[in-house]
Amino acid sequence: METKLRMDAALFQVMDNEGNFDKELEPEIPKDRLIRMYRVMQTVRMFENIAMGLQRQGRIGFYIGAGGQEACSVGSTAALKDSDWIFPAYREPGALLLRGETVLQLFHQLFGNENDYNKGRQMPNHFNSRDKNIATPSSPIATQIPHAVGMAIAAKMRKTGDIALTYFGDGATSENDFHSGMNFAGIFDAPVIMFCQNNGYAISLPTRRQTRAETLAQKAIAYGIPGERVDGNDILAVYSVTRKAVERARKGGGPTMIEAITYRIGPHSSSDDPTKYRDKSEVDEWMKKEPIRRMRGYLIKKGIWNDDKEKELLEEIDAEIRSAVKVAEGIAKPPIETIFENVYEEMPWHLKEQMEETVSRYGKNYRGG
Amino acid sequence: MVAETLLQAVNDALRTEMEADDRVVLIGEDVGKDGGVFRATEGLINTFGPERVMDAPLNEAGIIGVATGMAMYGMRPVAEIQFMDFIYPGFDQIVSEASKIRYRSGGTYTVPMVIRTPYGGGIKGGIYHSQSTEAYFTHLPGVKVVSPSTPYDAKGLLIASIRDPDVVIFLEPKRVYRSFREEVPEGDYTVPLGKAKTARKGKDVTLVSYGASVHTCIQAAEEASREGISAEVIDLRTLLPIDIETLLASVNRTGRLIVVNEANKFGSFAGEISALVAERAIDVLSAPIYRISGFDTPFSYTWESVFMPDAAKVLEYIRKAVNY
Ligand SMILES: Cc1ncc(C[n+]2csc(CCOP(=O)(O)OP(=O)(O)O)c2C)c(N)n1
Repeated sequence: METKLRMDAALFQVMDNEGNFDKELEPEIPKDRLIRMYRVMQTVRMFENIAMGLQRQGRIGFYIGAGGQEACSVGSTAALKDSDWIFPAYREPGALLLRGETVLQLFHQLFGNENDYNKGRQMPNHFNSRDKNIATPSSPIATQIPHAVGMAIAAKMRKTGDIALTYFGDGATSENDFHSGMNFAGIFDAPVIMFCQNNGYAISLPTRRQTRAETLAQKAIAYGIPGERVDGNDILAVYSVTRKAVERARKGGGPTMIEAITYRIGPHSSSDDPTKYRDKSEVDEWMKKEPIRRMRGYLIKKGIWNDDKEKELLEEIDAEIRSAVKVAEGIAKPPIETIFENVYEEMPWHLKEQMEETVSRYGKNYRGG
Repeated sequence: MVAETLLQAVNDALRTEMEADDRVVLIGEDVGKDGGVFRATEGLINTFGPERVMDAPLNEAGIIGVATGMAMYGMRPVAEIQFMDFIYPGFDQIVSEASKIRYRSGGTYTVPMVIRTPYGGGIKGGIYHSQSTEAYFTHLPGVKVVSPSTPYDAKGLLIASIRDPDVVIFLEPKRVYRSFREEVPEGDYTVPLGKAKTARKGKDVTLVSYGASVHTCIQAAEEASREGISAEVIDLRTLLPIDIETLLASVNRTGRLIVVNEANKFGSFAGEISALVAERAIDVLSAPIYRISGFDTPFSYTWESVFMPDAAKVLEYIRKAVNY
């Protein structure tokens, strides 16, 4: 039998843990863009440290972080055009920030205030941005994957040249929706990228308990789709692998699945206690491969970064975040009438009735005590 | 007797039944080492090992489908779905399979399985960690639907559910998981399925509820008593099959019925209760039957406290019913 598809199970890497890089493999990214990518990674990390603190103080209800995984979303989003669509899960604030969404807007979402695009309806970290072509995520795992495929099929029909990229975790590859998405993507030759952030765990369950297969990328082969494995903490490698998939999709070559090997250095969420299921030594080991330090190493070796710039950047980001918290926390809740909006385009009688009763109980335009 | 929270009572029931019956196995996401995201299965893997406390991959269709197969073979699986909001990937396995296997095989195959899942709002969970969609299941022939409101009942009902020969959907009100403790007997006891409990005696109006809303009703009834209104609170405990006798006996005495739950109102189980009473006791009613439920919108993060019926709202309707 002729073998049609093969997969390289080795991890694609461009740089080592210190940021030493392979000149042959180094992608061409303009200097300003590289620094912007670095800034976004740092912002995601610092944002998270502050937001977790807010959660501990009861100022926001929940937090689910991206710490340690920043290179995945930033590196892959950087390889897309801003007109391409992204179907995120919940660990991709980096994608929004790289596309120019503001830190303030993300805090509006965390506080569920009046300026939140979601109108305070979703838990923290369910960020969307219509303006930036980043779709609205839900909490149920893997449901966004077929949506990305559908959007990609539609873009192909319409010949717009847009492609879709969807993010999901290793656990998501066990859900039926992942398999539906992969199968449809293959059959309809959809210009879509399935970007799996394999961070080692689905809450407490290690990836090896999610599947008996050695890799997740090899699942692509069964669907007739190319599968790639990349060091997800190496932003240059993530960028290059995604770039290749983008070019393939753009040229009519169809879908690609990317498995990015990374690590969640914090808890699954503010409700999780990771000491129940993993040792600190494992975290320490992964800290050596931590993506922000690696990118900093690369930038320094390129001669475009130094300690002064670093200090200045961190101060800037810190100020940006702190001012955003202050502003977002001070903004009122969406008025009570908004509870009943957007269920349908037009409000049916029974919702009107419930709205009127609620307004009569709390008052018009009520925004909380 | 030991003072336990509802969550500890669930854990206690699982341990008790696993000790008593080696056919009882647990399957679900993070139920092993992690002890479940709410800690309902804490420590059980240490006692019973990973073969009986099965950490499942992230796939509800698989969890429920595999548990169904185990049950058909004679095991007593207890599946955990991490949040009721995440049961839908496994919905087909419940609706098309587990619930119909006894009937479609002429009774030759059965599915003695429990599906436990936390439900309801009150934990700042937003749209997808707060829903109460019991009506999808009370609409389904072939499953029983149970929801305790107290630690004592949680343990007794869960043991009874595990021993029950049919599929039981066991809905745990997560808002009261840790909210109070109650004396719970050590070891084995059951609370029968299909039997409601009068949580508070009264004569002017009947409040019917289940799960976390029972506590809202009790609070409202206490406030009403200060106004000289005597409200009875019925805790259904089992939704399907419903204890129609207790329900009708109460309504026959009070002549007024208010149903309270957190689910979306339209098509909810509150409607079924209302219809049952209207069909059988409309002549004793001296006020309309009122349903106090969640809004017919998805659940809200920011406005959670307004979405969920509170005691003030229940009290308002108690007055309305009494003054009708
Ligand atoms: C359908 C469904 N089942 C269960 C959950 C509960 N849950 C939330 S996150 C999670 C683990 C997800 O793991 P993975 O896909 O690897 O993503 P990660 O969180 O590691 O990024 C689980 C089980 C859910 N949100 N949706």
